[in-house]
Amino acid sequence: MSTIQSIAGENEQHPDVALVERVRGGDVSAYDTLVRKYERQVFRIAQHITQNREDAEDVVQDAFLKAYEKLDQFQGNSKFYTWLVRIAVNESLMRLRKRRTGRMVSIDEDLETEEGSVPRDLADWAPDPEQNYTQSELAEILRKTIQGLPQGFRVVFALRDVEGLSTEETAETLGLSVPAVKSRLLRARLQLRERLSRYFKRKAAPAGNGPAIAPQTGS
Amino acid sequence: MTCTEFIALLDDLIDDSVTETMRADLQAHLKGCEHCEVTLNTTRKTIQIYRSHEIYDLPSDLRERLHAAIMARCKRGC
Repeated sequence: MSTIQSIAGENEQHPDVALVERVRGGDVSAYDTLVRKYERQVFRIAQHITQNREDAEDVVQDAFLKAYEKLDQFQGNSKFYTWLVRIAVNESLMRLRKRRTGRMVSIDEDLETEEGSVPRDLADWAPDPEQNYTQSELAEILRKTIQGLPQGFRVVFALRDVEGLSTEETAETLGLSVPAVKSRLLRARLQLRERLSRYFKRKAAPAGNGPAIAPQTGS
Repeated sequence: MTCTEFIALLDDLIDDSVTETMRADLQAHLKGCEHCEVTLNTTRKTIQIYRSHEIYDLPSDLRERLHAAIMARCKRGC
């Protein structure tokens, strides 16, 4: 899983900046290195937003080509990765818009729900709940669960918790305020937790072993 | 501290961005509240599971194909 490099010190140049400089100087092979470094992350982010594999493939190509074309506009005051993610998010939203025949698509959709803001399922989980499923079953559960989140929550969770961006970087990338990111992240985490509880909660103790629900007697 | 107040600070606790005083208050609430302890632990686990499992894998053949297409167009000047 990806990790974001720790932020370089004030006077220390991030290795990506040197690569960007080389590309600007005409060295295309330096761009090859940047594409290799980030293509998986861009693909994942595009999948999270478009929820469609073909669209995500197109987004990967379009985002890297657009970044290449616009490299002169990269200021270097944000990280190259954050700048690239911003392009990928925009390309993903454009792709969704095309699919929905021109209807506006934003990351603010479907946020009215109050679901998950108050935890309801309070049952504890099994100690290692993943082990009750095969890898492919687990991946399917995780995909299905996150796909059920409203777009505006899903993308915040994906950038902040899966891709490891900071709250500030997530806000910058999505054009949201820091409090808005925090609020969405909390609700995303709680909704996912609630939905995963259906699969991961500890199975009820066998009869006669603990406070199981008493059978109905009909009296 | 009520459960609602605890939940409002849940992310700050998980992300380790609380003051020492606040942490002590949160810990004190946890000691007497099994529900919030379960919510905290299972929310932490939720994040950890999503971090440690690749749900949108990019197979190497597809990766190579995409990579080649991107670089071919870059070399042509897009």
